[in-house]
Parts: sequence; C-alpha cells; structure tokens
Amino acid sequence: MFEISALNQRNKKVERLYRILFLMMVLLLVLPVLVILGTLIVKGGSIISFEFLFTSPTDGMTAGGILPALIGTVWLVSVALLVSVPLGVAAAVYLNEYAGDNWFTRVINLAIINLAGVPSIVHALFGVGAFVIFFGFGTSILAASLTLAIMTLPVVIVATRESLAAVPMAFREACWNMGATRWQTIRRIVLPNAVSGILTGVILEVSRTTGETAPIMFTGAAFFLPFLPESVFDQTMALSLHLFVVSTQVPGVPDALPYGVALVLVALVLIMNSLSIAFRMYLRGKKKW
Amino acid sequence: MAGVEQVAVEAARGSFDRRNTDWYIDRLVQGVVFLGGISAILFIIGIFVFITKEGLGFIFDTLDLKEFFTSVYWEPSDEDEPEYGILALIAGTASVTGLAMIVAIPFSLGAAIYIGEFATGKTREFLKVLVELLAAIPSVVWGFIGLSIMNPLIIQLFDVPVGLNVLNAGIILGLMAAPIMTSIAEDALKAVPDRYREAAEAMGATRWQVIYKVVLPAAKNGLLGAVLLGVGRGFGETMAVLMATGHSVNIPHSVFDSVRALTATIAAELGETAVGSDHYSALFTIGIFLFVITFIINLLADLIVRGVRKG
Repeated sequence: MFEISALNQRNKKVERLYRILFLMMVLLLVLPVLVILGTLIVKGGSIISFEFLFTSPTDGMTAGGILPALIGTVWLVSVALLVSVPLGVAAAVYLNEYAGDNWFTRVINLAIINLAGVPSIVHALFGVGAFVIFFGFGTSILAASLTLAIMTLPVVIVATRESLAAVPMAFREACWNMGATRWQTIRRIVLPNAVSGILTGVILEVSRTTGETAPIMFTGAAFFLPFLPESVFDQTMALSLHLFVVSTQVPGVPDALPYGVALVLVALVLIMNSLSIAFRMYLRGKKKW
Repeated sequence: MAGVEQVAVEAARGSFDRRNTDWYIDRLVQGVVFLGGISAILFIIGIFVFITKEGLGFIFDTLDLKEFFTSVYWEPSDEDEPEYGILALIAGTASVTGLAMIVAIPFSLGAAIYIGEFATGKTREFLKVLVELLAAIPSVVWGFIGLSIMNPLIIQLFDVPVGLNVLNAGIILGLMAAPIMTSIAEDALKAVPDRYREAAEAMGATRWQVIYKVVLPAAKNGLLGAVLLGVGRGFGETMAVLMATGHSVNIPHSVFDSVRALTATIAAELGETAVGSDHYSALFTIGIFLFVITFIINLLADLIVRGVRKG
C-alpha cells in the first residue's frame, strides 16, 4: 500500500541532484577563499616573528617590521570609536525608544543605509573637503578618524538597535508604571540589558575600521613616517595602507613581506569578527526571556 | 470665596507639576538622542555639500558635460590641453562590476538557497558564520590577492602578457561581494513565512518544488534587493579595483584588457593634485557622480525590499 511509486522515486533523485548542485555552489564560494587564506599563511607565515611585529621598517621599507603601522592603526581606531560609539548609541536609542513609525524615521533609515553604501573613496573626498580643509585639521589622525567614524557609524547603529529591540517591552512598561521617566527607564533597564549586544557591534566596528584603506589615504595616513604619532594632530602610518604601499609603491620588497603584512591584517580582522560572533552566540544561549 | 478657590487650584496645580530635575534631564536626553538620530541625515547632506563645494570650481569653469560623459580621454595632467572624459572610466567600472555580478549572483543566490532551505542545524550555523567571516576580509587584502596570487595565475593559465585586467578584478570583486549578497539573500528567504512551505509540502511537493514554486517567487523582491546592493558595492569598491585592474584608461574589448575604474582614479590621483586645481576639482566631480549613482542604487534597493514587506 505504501510502496514507493515511480514518480516518487524520480522526485527523490531530482531532489538529491538539486541538493548536491546547491552544495557545490556553497563550496565554490567558500573554497577559493580558503585556498587564498591558506596561501597567505604559507607565504607570509615565515616572516611573522616577534621582531616583525615590534620593530620599525628599515632599508626604505624593504626590511624590518610593522610596529609604527600597528600603533597607527590603534590610534585611528581608538579615536574613531570615541566619536562613533556615543553617536551611534544615541542614534539607536532615538530610533528604537523615541521615534515613531513615520516618514521622518524612514528618512533617517534611508540616510543610514546610504551612509553604509556610499563608496569609501567618496567618504575620503568628504574627509578631505570637510575635516582636512574646511575645519582645518590638516592631514591628521583626527581628520582620518572622523572620516572613519562617519563611515562606520551604521555598524554601531544597526547592532545597537537590534540589541535594544531585543529587550522585551514588558520591562519598560513595568518601569514606567513605577513612575520612572523615559530616560531613567533607558538608563536603568534598557541599556544594561542591551549592553553586551552593543559590545558585539563595537567589536565589529573595530574590525571594519581596521581594514579600511581608502578613507584614510588622503586624510591622515602616511606612506612612511620615521616617528610615532604623539597627538591626534599628527599623521600616522596604518596597517591597511602599509599593505597597499609595500605591495604597490615600494620597489625591491622581498616577496614574503607584503604577505606577512596581509596575514597580520587578515588575522586581526578575522579574530575580532570571530570574537564578536562567539560573543553573540554565547549571549543567545544565556538569554532568559 | 473666589480667593479661596483660586488658592486651592494653585495648590493643586503645584502638586501635579511634575517638572522636577528628573523631568528636565529627561527632556535634555531626548534632545541629545534626537541629535544622534538625525546625525545620519546631517552626514549624508554634509558629504554631498562638501564634495560639491570642492568640485564647484571645475563644474562652473571647465566642465563640458558632453565631453565629460562621452570622451574616452582622461588626460588631466596634459599641460597644453587637459581632457576630462570619464567614458572609459565608466566602461572600466561597468565591465568589472558586470563580470563580478556574473560571478557573484549565481553563487551567492545558490549558497543562500542551500544555507536557508537545505542545510539544517549545526551545518547551517557553521556556513552562516563562515560567510560572515568571508565578508569581513578588508578590500585592500583582496587587492593584494589580485596583485600577487591571481595575477601570475591568470598569466600562466591563459598565456596573456598581463594578469591585471577585467578578469582579475571581476573575479576578486565577485568573491568579495558574494558573501554580503549571500547574507542579504538568505535574510530574504527567511522572511518568507514557514506556513507557505508547510502548505506546499502538504500538497506533496518535494523540497525543490517548494523552493522553486513557492519560496523563490515570494522572496523575489528581497533577492533583487540583494543583487542591487551587490552592484552598488561593486560600483563603489576602491582598493581592490585599484590594485587588480591594471589601471590603464581603456575601453575593454575582452576580459584580458586592463581598465581603470572611477573610484580607483580618485584614489590614485588625488594625492598628486594641488588643492583647488582643475584636476583636483574634476576628481571631486567624479565623486559627486559616484555619490549620486550609489544613492540611487541604495534607494531602489530599499524601495524594492520595502515593497515586499508591505505586500
């Protein structure tokens, strides 16, 4: 009675075929990248050493390490975070806690999408026109970091908004019923419950900011500097730009050097992203409501 | 009598007046977060205003719209007669983005279908994390990969003199855009209610029939949005195309021709120009063009995706 009919059998075969076809597509998407990352490790791994990470470039950047670039990237990312995190969290609080569902909110959303979608080189032009020239910061860490902050603002806004939206409405209502003001509710109830979600967003932003190159090229990052930056008005080297420089602008660089720089950059970014993902999964498992 | 009443009313008003310190703080915070909320709008307007301001010198003095969009000669540093034609640059950007989409669209949609509809449990989680990580690789690293891994590979495989060309940049850009398109497309598939699938399965449809006849049509707009965002991304990508296209002004005749993209031109030349010169302003004018195009693409993608949610 329940025998498999010919049609059923054919369907099963077709089904398996499609499944394999789509699996192949995933593999074709993922495998080349894994091979490429493997190549980076094989070719760049040999040069990575304590000395490579903690000394300055020498011999016209054809030898030595990447310390000034690493420190410069830390400067750029930190200053950018100081601007974008408060601003992004404020924007997300407004959008999730205050804004109604109307045309004005739609315009803000559209602006956020566009901020994320504008080409990075256009952000660079904006940084040059606004911060370097108009506000007179010159090519400096400040100008570069502000450019980066505006470019990566959507990352913070989106992550914060999601974690605010995950706090159940009942928490807020209970608090309002006790006579608390909106701000008291946000500060004592909503933000504490969302803070870890916000943190995952911040880690993601650190990773994005670390990898960006075009926005800092003309606003504050230099090809080579013999000294380390001392204030936000100095120029600095940066890891991402350093990769561009040693792979295209400097003649006579030994093969392994750019591979080593690329490996460090990719490793930094991927470690931070994995951290953010792991943190997110941990939180999802821990959630009590 | 009237006096007594007034006193009572005033007393009552006083006790109901909730404007204490907390009330004022609340108001203040509301103002502050509102500023945060509109900051995105201010920045978008700011970007447009400032790049236009720097481009104005060129737009009013030198710009010849017809030449700008139809001339293939981009020779801004020619001392006697500089020419500002971006047609070849547009062709460069379009050819690279086009090839990237040919690479990325089938694979990213296919991968999204596998992750969203076929894979389950741990496999699905693992693949999603993997795709998210691939999307995080910085563009300058992709450019480096094009330069030092793809370049010799293409020379060897196809026996051509130069490996920095449309093919190289297109593949790099495709690999770059695919993970992002995959996540957005997967979101679009996830937005299709499960009851659609259950209803189809109850009619005896196989998994593939459910996907092909029910899920894909329902997710059509979201998938289109994903493709559009991928196009926007390819269009605006800078470092990877700067390093992998070969950077020569050229209308490509085959995928083995070197080209130059709009974004890469700005990145390569802005450092060498004097602030306020024609060449400098011309680069900002290209920036305005890029801004407007990506704005339109993002707007379209948003409208299309939103259309689904309403329908």
